[in-house]
Amino acid sequence: MSQIIVNNVQKVFKTPGKDVIALKDINLEIKQGEFVCLLGPSGCGKSTLLNAVAGFALPSSGEITVEGKLITGPGPDRGMVFQEYALFPWMTVAQNIAFGMEVQKKDKAEIDLTVNQLLEMLHLNDFRDRFPKDLSGGMRQRVAIARILALDSPIMLMDEPFGALDALTRRNLQDELLRIWNKLGKTILFVTHSIEESIYLADRIVVMTYRPGMVKRDQYVDMPRPRDPSSAKFNDLKRELGRLVMEEQQRHANDEMKLAAVD
Amino acid sequence: MQKLKDFAYGALVPVLLLILWETGSRLGLFSPVLLPSPTAVAIKWWAYLMPGQAQEAGQSTLAWLLSGELLHDAYSSLYRVIAGFLIGAGLALPFGLLMGASTRIYDLFNPLMQILRPIPPIAYIPLAILWFGLGNPPSFFLIAIGAFFPVLMNTIAGVRQVDGIYLRAARNLGVNQWTMFIRVILPAATPYILAGVRIGIGTAFIVVIVSEMIAVNDGLGFRILEAREFMWSDKIIAGMITIGLLGLAIDTAVSRLNNHLLRWHRGLEH
Repeated sequence: MSQIIVNNVQKVFKTPGKDVIALKDINLEIKQGEFVCLLGPSGCGKSTLLNAVAGFALPSSGEITVEGKLITGPGPDRGMVFQEYALFPWMTVAQNIAFGMEVQKKDKAEIDLTVNQLLEMLHLNDFRDRFPKDLSGGMRQRVAIARILALDSPIMLMDEPFGALDALTRRNLQDELLRIWNKLGKTILFVTHSIEESIYLADRIVVMTYRPGMVKRDQYVDMPRPRDPSSAKFNDLKRELGRLVMEEQQRHANDEMKLAAVD
Repeated sequence: MQKLKDFAYGALVPVLLLILWETGSRLGLFSPVLLPSPTAVAIKWWAYLMPGQAQEAGQSTLAWLLSGELLHDAYSSLYRVIAGFLIGAGLALPFGLLMGASTRIYDLFNPLMQILRPIPPIAYIPLAILWFGLGNPPSFFLIAIGAFFPVLMNTIAGVRQVDGIYLRAARNLGVNQWTMFIRVILPAATPYILAGVRIGIGTAFIVVIVSEMIAVNDGLGFRILEAREFMWSDKIIAGMITIGLLGLAIDTAVSRLNNHLLRWHRGLEH
């Protein structure tokens, strides 16, 4: 049975002049424990779709259900990891991780236990009393992941979480994420515009078209992990998906040129 | 060693000025009534600081040492600043949070605030005396008005500039309205609020001196006005210096508090 069902979703942004159709006829079924990447160029609506699942911006028509329940707003059953980390700068690492559990009124002993486990799991032990300003980007994203894991939500939504990190830190965190996913069996919906990242991580890659955002290709990745980015199979898929994404990127670029000409 | 050098460098201009002033006084260039010499001021300041009477039997030495006029005046002024500030800021903070968070409340009260804000607290003096009579209450009222607006305006601005990403992250974690307000919006707005507090304390300190010139019979503002009646210009200057020192002490304390409360803040090095 599918855990997340996206049924005929449309999203229209009303702007002065004309309406922009960001999502059109999106139908997706995501199984429990599946690692799904949404892949596409800027403006393809992948973040819009993720925000719709998160409940931040509901669809204009169609519906999204999680475990049979219609999504009407954000909630701790769908934890979100943002590209900008969005840690609360006035809270220490441990306080950031504990906050979601305090909101849920868990008891103190349980919170302490979970915080300690998560600090351990994400190698943050030495940083528990630091403030986010003192941490590197990679460390901050570890805290953001720990904060979501503390919610114990079955679904993790990730909006280009490693986009701002350098290549080595990025690979490091990708491996970390796979390890956690393996251990905890979460369903992950992961937005990225990196083809390689999507192939390295996902069970399934949903390639989206540029405006209006539609599903262009729903591609299963049939490779055992850990995946070797230099293998022939990896690169065949990379070439194939690269072609698809670049078609859309070209439409995006043409659109921008047109806009520039009008200005 | 470097610290000592920095201190010596910073002291250069004040010390030179003092020497010039003292020399001028000794040469008889200034009338001692209009501008007494620095030594005369220092002697007066010391007399003002030390106890006026000999130690009484049964009085502890500490109580005796603290019984001087200066300490009593400084304490009175400080008490008024703190009480008035707490009233003003205590009203401004919740009000500012509401006005910052709700456009409807903002639109309802903003016109009134914009009319009242430019009226200097000093202009309330006649009303303050009519309403509250003499003694501390009119001072509290005037100081509270002086502190109210800076804290209010900065609190509104602070709430409005809270980055939407924090609100989204908090909603994602499932917070309710109250928790959002207390644990997200309020701390996110503290840098602005504390900037307002600092301005508000500064205003309160100006207003306290003025208010003491009208309705009370102690405090630093009262004392320098009293000294003028007797043409004690050495005591006027001694009082002014005390006001400066107390202002510096208050600002240092607020700045310390700032650094502690904002130790998480990116722009702050300590």
